[in-house]
Amino acid sequence: MSRCGIGNSTDCACSGGSSSPVDTARRLFLKSATAFTTVALAPNVTLMAFAEAHAAAQPRGEPVTAKQRWGLLIDLSKCADDCNECVSACSRENGWKADGNSRTDARWIRKVTIKNNKTGATRSLPVMCQHCASPPCVDVCPTGASFKRADGIVLVDKHICIGCRYCMMACPYQARSFIHETLEDQKPHAPRGKGTVESCTLCVHRIDAGETPACVEACVAAGHKAMIFGDLNDPASEISQRVAQFPTHQIRADLGLDTGVRYQNL
Amino acid sequence: MRATHRPISDLVSALLSALLIGSFSPIPASAQETAKAGVRLAAAPKPAKGEGDKCVAPTEWMRRYHMTVLDHQRDKTVHTGVRAGPFDLKGCIACHVVEGSDGRAVTVADPKHFCRTCHDYAAVKVDCFECHASRPQEEQKSSHRSDEHDIAELAGYLKGKAP
Amino acid sequence: MKRVIYRELGTGIGFWVPLIIFVALLGVGLGAAYHMEHNGHIVTGMDNRIVWGLPHVFAILLIVAASGALNVASVSSVFGQAAYKPMARLSALLAIALLVGGLAILVLDLGRPDRLVVAMTTFNFKSIFAWNVFLYTGFLAITAAYLFVMMERGLESWTKPVGTIAFVWRLALTTATGSIFGWLVARDAYNSAVMAPLFIALSLALGTAIFILVASWLLAADGRPFDEAVIKRLGRLLGIFAAANLYFAGLQHISALYITQRLAVETFLLLSGGHYPLMFWGGQVALGGLIPVVLVFLAPSRLSVLLSSVLVLVGATVQLYVIVIGGQAFPLSMFPGYEVTSVIRDGVVAGYRPSLPEAVLGLGGVALALAIVLVAVKVLRILPDQLVGEPATMVETPAAASPGLQKAHPAVA
Repeated sequence: MSRCGIGNSTDCACSGGSSSPVDTARRLFLKSATAFTTVALAPNVTLMAFAEAHAAAQPRGEPVTAKQRWGLLIDLSKCADDCNECVSACSRENGWKADGNSRTDARWIRKVTIKNNKTGATRSLPVMCQHCASPPCVDVCPTGASFKRADGIVLVDKHICIGCRYCMMACPYQARSFIHETLEDQKPHAPRGKGTVESCTLCVHRIDAGETPACVEACVAAGHKAMIFGDLNDPASEISQRVAQFPTHQIRADLGLDTGVRYQNL
Repeated sequence: MRATHRPISDLVSALLSALLIGSFSPIPASAQETAKAGVRLAAAPKPAKGEGDKCVAPTEWMRRYHMTVLDHQRDKTVHTGVRAGPFDLKGCIACHVVEGSDGRAVTVADPKHFCRTCHDYAAVKVDCFECHASRPQEEQKSSHRSDEHDIAELAGYLKGKAP
Repeated sequence: MKRVIYRELGTGIGFWVPLIIFVALLGVGLGAAYHMEHNGHIVTGMDNRIVWGLPHVFAILLIVAASGALNVASVSSVFGQAAYKPMARLSALLAIALLVGGLAILVLDLGRPDRLVVAMTTFNFKSIFAWNVFLYTGFLAITAAYLFVMMERGLESWTKPVGTIAFVWRLALTTATGSIFGWLVARDAYNSAVMAPLFIALSLALGTAIFILVASWLLAADGRPFDEAVIKRLGRLLGIFAAANLYFAGLQHISALYITQRLAVETFLLLSGGHYPLMFWGGQVALGGLIPVVLVFLAPSRLSVLLSSVLVLVGATVQLYVIVIGGQAFPLSMFPGYEVTSVIRDGVVAGYRPSLPEAVLGLGGVALALAIVLVAVKVLRILPDQLVGEPATMVETPAAASPGLQKAHPAVA
């Protein structure tokens, strides 16, 4: 009798099954281009599974709408000073590297340490594109390459970016980077190239597949759980409830940009 | 009434004459003539076969319109998030992969790359790969650290207890 | 009835040597642009903090100068000052040439200059940059039309209407150029409506200075007289505009000082920022403002006017450097009341060291502008035979009436 209930017991991965473990392992190997790891289960038995634990979602077929507005809430009381998990995860996911030249390196997210001038108290926080509702970078882009998607994500359409860097002048958060060199082996889901401007995409490729941004996932995996991602327009989402319940801070709130990234316990 | 001597107009006339005379010089009428003249014409390109038995659209149609569909698809994907459809670039690259001498897929830097076989012949610069990856993502360590953790846990579970 | 005769520049060493120098500079500038485009902006001193550098200082200098250079023609056509009419053609040509030079630098510095077609066909009209595409190209067209009606016999009556359009267009163009900075909410050094009139005043001073220098050079190169009375008159105009520039700069900074939020950036630019205050007080205020004003009004002479023009040019360059670079060097104030540190040096003043490709690109643009002027005055009848005194009426000489004066070699004085 199959415990798994997904049909033939030979399809099951349980080592208690009656079929050959090797056959079982083989059947687990679904056709996909992603990586796999092997783990020893018992002598002569190996489990081959995917590093990608999430089910492959269907590519999005419908245009995004303004029904959803994606946002991030970062609880700074849980953000550790010496932790850089979000930055490393973003860098791995999107293929940008900090090569040691802090002036020209691409940087989609960085940890900023602030020290109160009067009290000396310090805080550490990750700063990335704030995905404003009224983005100054979108206002100033001459070709419209810098744009805000219907669901609130601010992106650069690198097909029409001419590399004038006016958006970099306009951003109040220093969120944008210019690519100063020829790049090779970009990630297929995060195209980036010399002569164009880029910034945090809120992992739009993951959001469109129903996942959360890499930084959020890394923060959860590291055990801090300082970052929450969700739909600000959905009153039932965790982020909306938290924002409604506790005071949150927007960087440069005085500019009235209505950012999608909010901070708590600043 | 213009009695002025204009040296510039002399220069311009000389340039124009040179151009006209130059353009009437004999043009090779056939490949043999050119071959005799020592000029080699490039052979017609032979792009590598992609995976599967056919492309998402007929070959001749694709040759003419692939940029149109790619332009349309890119606007759809970037601005509205629609990633489905037969013309997504990652799909094209996944099928039209060419293996290099080291067993790995070649990038656009290699003349064997699928796009380059035709584009080099037509002398049309391929701009896409300034930003886009020109080969499918290799099997490599995932950025999802949690997965190794999960698999190790699963392995531990399977080792320790039978269902 | 005193006629004004316009004659092509004579051929000689005074034409060929500068032309060769300009073309050589232009070639090197194009090489620098290729180097930057091919290797990426890593070869320049510009980075993610100082995104606009020396090329932009040169480009804005040339664009602002173009707008101001047309002023000499506007003064004659629009405001009816007959004394300036003989200079009007050169003024229009200079405006076109300077703008072309500035735009060349701007376009060649883009991260993707191959996408110029995209920039000229895809627009986001909320961006002042998009409007600038139309304002700059339209200015070229209108000034060319202005030059045409000034030169073409029988179209003199069109000079005033077309000149007026060009004048208004100039004001719009310079307002838009100043607003590139004035409408940036993020930066404390910029965000101000006064940037637009400041740039207008700067353009008037700079344009007049460059006009004086170019006219003196070309007339001297061909042995044509340039009366001291005329140059002193231009010098007084220069002095008024330099004073206006000082006024708006003063207004900009004093207003900013009143805003407590901006105290930090103003202190940086005016007092503690190292070379920026030095450039501001020494270059912009003293050399570019006070000294020229004193010279042209208290010790007017040919030499003092020429010197003042050079000083105004230097002062304008320095002014734009402080505006463009200094405004970016100061960090964004994201957390008022906090000391900010990060790996990209948030909270710290950014240093900037101009690189050779940037300087060469900038100079290449200047060379392009001057080469255009030189070739145009050689080929077309733009340069007046002489700039002397105040003629009673201005009339163009018909060719049939005096063929003897139409020779293309220097006339006997």
